[in-house]
Amino acid sequence: MNCTDLLTHLSDYFDEQLTADLRAEIQSHTDSCQHCRVVLNTTRQTIEVYKDNEIYEVSTELRERLHTAIMAKCLAAKK
Amino acid sequence: MPAIQSPVTEEVHPDVALVARAKAGDTAAFEQLVRQYERQIFRVAQHITQNREDAEDITQDAFLKAYEKLDQFQGNSKFSTWLVRIAVNESLMRLRKRKTSKTVSMDEDVKTEEGSIPRDFAEWRPNPEQEYNQAELSDILRKTIQGLPPGFRSVFTLRDVENLSTEETAEALGLSVPAVKSRLLRARLQLRERLSRYFRKKQEGQPA
Repeated sequence: MNCTDLLTHLSDYFDEQLTADLRAEIQSHTDSCQHCRVVLNTTRQTIEVYKDNEIYEVSTELRERLHTAIMAKCLAAKK
Repeated sequence: MPAIQSPVTEEVHPDVALVARAKAGDTAAFEQLVRQYERQIFRVAQHITQNREDAEDITQDAFLKAYEKLDQFQGNSKFSTWLVRIAVNESLMRLRKRKTSKTVSMDEDVKTEEGSIPRDFAEWRPNPEQEYNQAELSDILRKTIQGLPPGFRSVFTLRDVENLSTEETAEALGLSVPAVKSRLLRARLQLRERLSRYFRKKQEGQPA
């Protein structure tokens, strides 16, 4: 496996869609390739930091306002 | 009509019964669906439009549309995926209306190869998240994702923020599975590249 191959498989690697053989090839490539090791690690961190931090928090107040507005519109449409 | 029958018996999603009741005119059942998904729909709309007021309007309009078109929902997909698809379409329409927006469709903005080849090979600091407080970190993450074209932002949001499957994301965005995969990879790589500016290890000799 070379660096281009690794990029091709990167998303499937994170999504656990790869065969054991391909995973092993990726492991073996990153053992010897510093650049790909960094890309793999920091891409994983990128996904995690977005998963772990809700950047658009919906406050209780906003949620209540939204909810009331949604139901009012729907009930008005029903009539 | 489902094209492929699943070989295993799948558990019936609890939304199926709620949708059936809502179709029969049970407003309380519809309201429960609204409660379940209003936050998600709002987040998706805000991610795509990057505008809070637009996201509020879109959330209301998406549920109204779902309510009015409930009879057309065939149940081939999950109700939530169907709802997300409505919200995505409303969001893209809103972007199109905005005069300042250069990028308006799922296709136009992703032809560039920019960002598909990694250029930054610096390791990140062990716990970059600990060096910023929550507000600063959220600010960095928002600014970074704002820089992505909407076609990439939408895929990343649905897959990695909202945890939809690749197939559900494809359905919600009206894209093929390979298109979703290709955009997701490029979105992840571009975000990585941009976040590296904040999170990379300081080189020796550089002021912190």
